[in-house]
Amino acid sequence: MKLYVKYLAILFNSQMQYRMSFWLLTVGQFFVPFSVFAGLYLMFQRFGQLRGWSFFETALCYGVIHLAYSLAECFARGFDSFSGMIVRGDFDRVLVRPRSTELQVLGSQFEFTRLGRMLQGAVVLAWALYKLPIAWDAAKAATLALMIACGVLIFAGIFILFATMCFWTVQGLEIANIFTDGGSEMAQYPLNVYRKWVVVFFTFVIPFACVNYLPLLYLLGRADGPPVRYMLQPLAGMLFLLPCLLVWRLGVRHYRSTGS
Amino acid sequence: MRAYLSVWRLRFLQGMQYRTAALAGIATQLFFGLVFIMVYVAFYEQGSSGSNFPLQDLVSYVWLQQMFLTFIMLWFRDNEIFELITTGNIAYELCRPCGLYPFWFAKLIGQRLSSAALRCWPILAIVLFLPRPYRLSPPPSLAALALFAASLLVGLFVVVSVSMLLHLSVFWTLSPTGSTLMVSVAGEFFAGTVIPVPLMPAWLQRVCDFLPFRWAADFPFRVYSGQISTGEALWGIAAQLAWIAGLVAVGMLSLRRAMRRVVVQGG
Repeated sequence: MKLYVKYLAILFNSQMQYRMSFWLLTVGQFFVPFSVFAGLYLMFQRFGQLRGWSFFETALCYGVIHLAYSLAECFARGFDSFSGMIVRGDFDRVLVRPRSTELQVLGSQFEFTRLGRMLQGAVVLAWALYKLPIAWDAAKAATLALMIACGVLIFAGIFILFATMCFWTVQGLEIANIFTDGGSEMAQYPLNVYRKWVVVFFTFVIPFACVNYLPLLYLLGRADGPPVRYMLQPLAGMLFLLPCLLVWRLGVRHYRSTGS
Repeated sequence: MRAYLSVWRLRFLQGMQYRTAALAGIATQLFFGLVFIMVYVAFYEQGSSGSNFPLQDLVSYVWLQQMFLTFIMLWFRDNEIFELITTGNIAYELCRPCGLYPFWFAKLIGQRLSSAALRCWPILAIVLFLPRPYRLSPPPSLAALALFAASLLVGLFVVVSVSMLLHLSVFWTLSPTGSTLMVSVAGEFFAGTVIPVPLMPAWLQRVCDFLPFRWAADFPFRVYSGQISTGEALWGIAAQLAWIAGLVAVGMLSLRRAMRRVVVQGG
């Protein structure tokens, strides 16, 4: 853990060397998803509601998933750009050091400019929470925190999974975008707008529904059944991360250097 | 002219080499298209608010967007050109016996065209046979189809002339990330890629009318579904040509200004 903090400090210093470009990118990152949110707002302005969901309820959905996604992009960037490490042969160096490979790859990059994007998600989330009449108590607050934290874990798991593929393919795969960009794009709407097969896939295979839609039902007081069942749903995110890490271990054992 | 055509052809063939990348792209675009349509279907259940833009036309709009994504996306850019400018290798480029502007223009067109040619046919083959309401419906008449093809092609030139300006801006900023990012995001929004232009409020549609972005994406897609009638479509193509003339003139002028003060460091 201490080592990871040190990694972060070094990366932060190195990115701050290009100060102007850093701030421009951060501001730019703030506005990229802004157009998507503007689109969401305009659609609601026109149609009023979405299968019984109001604008602010959907905005809550949006805020949770985008906050989680941008945090994951910040932290797990090393896995996201892992194919470069394999191509350059830098992974050999990682293997000879006496620390776990996960930690080193995680610490190899950290995208501080994504903070802009994170801020945007946080602003939307705060706005939605402010406007929604939710009777807050400790359990609900804990659920919300758990949703975001476990959302980060799911995205991180996807990054790790596709980084592992690089052990075999060397090149990164564009198809990963379906699950990262596509996942956040999809989960920003309440999941009941989709067809059954989409919902099933994103509940039981990649559990986006468990960190977003299902616990939100409880937060908004739409759930029936015992609340504990909904509160503990986000933990599925942790369950998702485990096999990803296992596959990663398997990949590391399988690794053959490109020799460059 | 022959030189530019062969530049275009080379770029085209080079782009055709990346077949696996295209396959992954096809899967991604099918997924995104399906998700968008499901969301719109849910919105449309709300009743008559979308009556000026029937669902069937909207579905065609989404699929055409996905098929010709590389025709309309502004972030689709040539890093080679950026590198030429920032590293100073542009000196070699200047030695060539042809104009820089048409040379790069041909290059950019070739890139976009090859990538679209690889992707659009498989997507078309799939989306024509999807169950309703996800199926892409054929255009109402042959005239609409012909006008669609014409306006799409002319639209490609509009996008590339905007994109040329973005590339040229690097002569002044020397860093392609910040400035191009902002313009691309705004441009794509006004081209109707986030939500279709007909679903925007009236005042935003007015704004779109006065910007070039809509003419490259939104306009041909609505010609396809017959939303824009034949006569209007002909006027639209005239507007597209006017935009191209204006943008190319600005681009060539700024390139000339940039060339006058370009500094190539040795090394």
